Amino acid sequence: MSKQRVIVVGGGLAGLAAAMKIAELGMSVLLVSFQPVKRSHSVCAQGGINGAVNIKGEGDSPDIHFYDTVKGGDFLANQPLCKDMCHHAPYIINLMDRLGVTFNRTPEGNLDFRRFGGTLYHRTAFAGATTGQQLLYALDEQVRHFEVQGIVEKMEWHEYLGAVLNNDGRCVGAVIHNLRTGEIMALKGDAVILATGGPGLVYGRSTNSMVCTGTATTSAYLQGAKYGNGEFIQIHPSAIPGRDKLRLMSESARGEGGRIWVPRKAGDSRSPKDIPEKERFYFLEERYPLYGNLVPRDVGAREIYDICVNEGLGVKGEMKVYLDLTHHTPEFLNRRLGGILEIYEKFTGVDPRVEPMEIFPAVHYSMGGIWTDYTPTSDGLIDYQSPNNQMTSITGLYAAGEADYQYHGGNRLGANSLLSCIYTGLMMSPGVINYVKNLPEAAEDHPQKVFDDASRQWQERFSDINKMNGSENPYSLHRELAEQMITNVLIVRQNSKLEATLDKINEFESRWKNITCLDTTDWSNPVPSFINQLWNMIQLSKVITKGALMRDEFRGSHYKPEFDLKQPDDFQPETYLEFEKQKADGNLNESAFDQQHLAYMKRFAENNEKWLKTTIAEYKNGTSGSEGGPEISYEDVDTSLISPRPRKYN
Amino acid sequence: MSDTVTFKIKRQNTAESSPYWENFVIPYIPNSNVISCLMDIRTKPENSKGEKVAPVVWDSNCLEEVCGSCTMVINGKVHQACSALIDKLEKPITLEPMSKFPVIRDLIVDRSRMFEALKKVQAWVTADGYHDLGPGDRESQSIQEVAYKLSECMTCGCCVEACPQYTQKNNFLGAAAISQARLFNMHHTGKNITDQRLDTLMQEGGISDCGNAQNCVEVCPKSIPLTESIAEIGRQVSGKIWRNIFKA
Repeated sequence: MSKQRVIVVGGGLAGLAAAMKIAELGMSVLLVSFQPVKRSHSVCAQGGINGAVNIKGEGDSPDIHFYDTVKGGDFLANQPLCKDMCHHAPYIINLMDRLGVTFNRTPEGNLDFRRFGGTLYHRTAFAGATTGQQLLYALDEQVRHFEVQGIVEKMEWHEYLGAVLNNDGRCVGAVIHNLRTGEIMALKGDAVILATGGPGLVYGRSTNSMVCTGTATTSAYLQGAKYGNGEFIQIHPSAIPGRDKLRLMSESARGEGGRIWVPRKAGDSRSPKDIPEKERFYFLEERYPLYGNLVPRDVGAREIYDICVNEGLGVKGEMKVYLDLTHHTPEFLNRRLGGILEIYEKFTGVDPRVEPMEIFPAVHYSMGGIWTDYTPTSDGLIDYQSPNNQMTSITGLYAAGEADYQYHGGNRLGANSLLSCIYTGLMMSPGVINYVKNLPEAAEDHPQKVFDDASRQWQERFSDINKMNGSENPYSLHRELAEQMITNVLIVRQNSKLEATLDKINEFESRWKNITCLDTTDWSNPVPSFINQLWNMIQLSKVITKGALMRDEFRGSHYKPEFDLKQPDDFQPETYLEFEKQKADGNLNESAFDQQHLAYMKRFAENNEKWLKTTIAEYKNGTSGSEGGPEISYEDVDTSLISPRPRKYN
Repeated sequence: MSDTVTFKIKRQNTAESSPYWENFVIPYIPNSNVISCLMDIRTKPENSKGEKVAPVVWDSNCLEEVCGSCTMVINGKVHQACSALIDKLEKPITLEPMSKFPVIRDLIVDRSRMFEALKKVQAWVTADGYHDLGPGDRESQSIQEVAYKLSECMTCGCCVEACPQYTQKNNFLGAAAISQARLFNMHHTGKNITDQRLDTLMQEGGISDCGNAQNCVEVCPKSIPLTESIAEIGRQVSGKIWRNIFKA
């Protein structure tokens, strides 16, 4: 067979981890990236990476990490993958330490760990407050070493447009767009891995970087790949407002003792430092005595929304609350949170060591993504040799990192994303190589026509875009799309508004056709590329919105007040396990339960029966007169290891 | 406060063509940074004469000063455009591409020379493999603090833009790469190839090309102690020269 290689698209943590591991196993890698990989969005991750190393002797373990992850995701994640990830987390942290990540240390010189949301343990290893940047650099350095050795080839300043599919529908390469010359070409690859991150730009301003348009994964969806759980979009409780983007204020600020509060008096105009302690409402600490400021993100974002919108207590009447670190010494803060405090100070001009920060919730992460497969072992872990691991529903096309839908269910725990990115890259690699080596025919041996046809199709697409001469400005249209999504598909979701949003998105789709291509030169011109990305963002916004409209329940980040099951305040989740056990044994003794609890548990069981399922969106071409769009179906979730139960954090 | 802001932007259509200046006047909006103004320009790409022109192009990604992408020369000083707040800048605001790298188009330059320098100084740890080999070495808090500061370098190019010795005609490695060599020379296993790194730094383009202007440390957005790194590598190189003499 001719020489084979794997194409990795995206140079963030997942892409670099895959490139590094595949190269180590002896297979050539072609790494395609929008920009120099060192500038990928993973650099924005701040707080840390989770792994139950138990350095503090608290009795933490990978199984508790697994439980916290599954519970945090409201039981929507496929459990064998979560279990395997959590069990490999301590090894991944040790590996990154060996590769030179400058993790913070304890006085004895061990790795230091801090607390993060959704757990009661110190489980988060960190390098100041730029952990994602440090992890990315370590992987970037390893991949650069392979580049020097000729095992990895980089094509930076290239954008992925679509997969090359052979007559059997198998992926045998990728069509890429040179962002300097404008040239469009088809590359041969025996497997293609999309490690292209999340789609935050569908919401315009988010905590995501400018490359996070979700265009690569949307392209896969438009080519027939299944898209999972699109409606599950994480809103981070704490971001810094900005006109160009909403900058993240890490959860580690709360992990290190930061306290969220608002003045008890609505519209209080005093400076925060002049408001005495008893006139401050530490609403997370009061409402969630056990987890306090470290409730999971979905809970935190909803509570901030409630305080600002329903209670009208937002700072200065706006959608903002205080995040207060001023009880710590500047030395402590600089050592453990320096990077993020500098960012806050640079962008707002206010020193957070002296004044409480003003923060608000922002779109941060997509739990949903391209559907991917896996092969479990009999003990509930993952068979690393299986070519199915991380494969999309298109044979030979893989996805990893935020681009896939696995691991986080309905809500991701903080500091689990860096873990899932590095984990997927490493875990999938042996299986990808097995897949490639057992192919009947190498990509290289396919007729050239397969590749020429694919590149021609995209050349025609871009030629058409260049000819667009209507009256719409693509960047302004993007702002309008984002405004709709931010207003109607965010923390609180209502069916009437979601329906109206779908109509609006269809309108944007028609208006897209009336765009003018502002720049038609053929050198380093981002405009045609953006117009294509905008089309994909419109398609993905339909997946998100339709998924949200159809899912009539409240789970994780997807909150529809109308379908809140209203858990009684004094209910304990263990009661539900007893209820389920009695039901399974066929001797349910209803009178033994509090009647309100019983009614709630019945509602909960009935709701899970209907909705504890993965949303699958598949693109269907439009019929005459109507545009194409997502067809939604549902798929069972593997909950074989931890039985689903109501979540509770107070 | 004026209700508009004027930008004077040095533009260039292709790598080979000549640069020209173009002015843009946009509405003033409080709390803007240079990036949000560039975004405003592209929603209505018209110069100050009211002529429709191609939108200005620039590099950017994270917009929170951790990726290094959007470095440019703003009012004569090299800076990230994301953290350049217009309320703190003199008006009109001038934007130029960095001068030490080939211009691709408008404000975009080609910084691949900086990444090539990281290859030359072998800025990596040599690993036996990526399987489970147990924990790494313990490390003191004081050494971690020094190393962490160095590892925040985002290869943005500010240091070399400000450096009088770094030109498009020579092959000086520059402060960023020298500082990375120091970082890996102080790591438990990274130091195993210290000699190879110092060999590179003893050659033309290495440490002796530094003219000690100390501009690099002044402009580094991450306050990395670049002059300390240069001094430390200078000491390591001198030590190696002496060792070589005694070996001979």
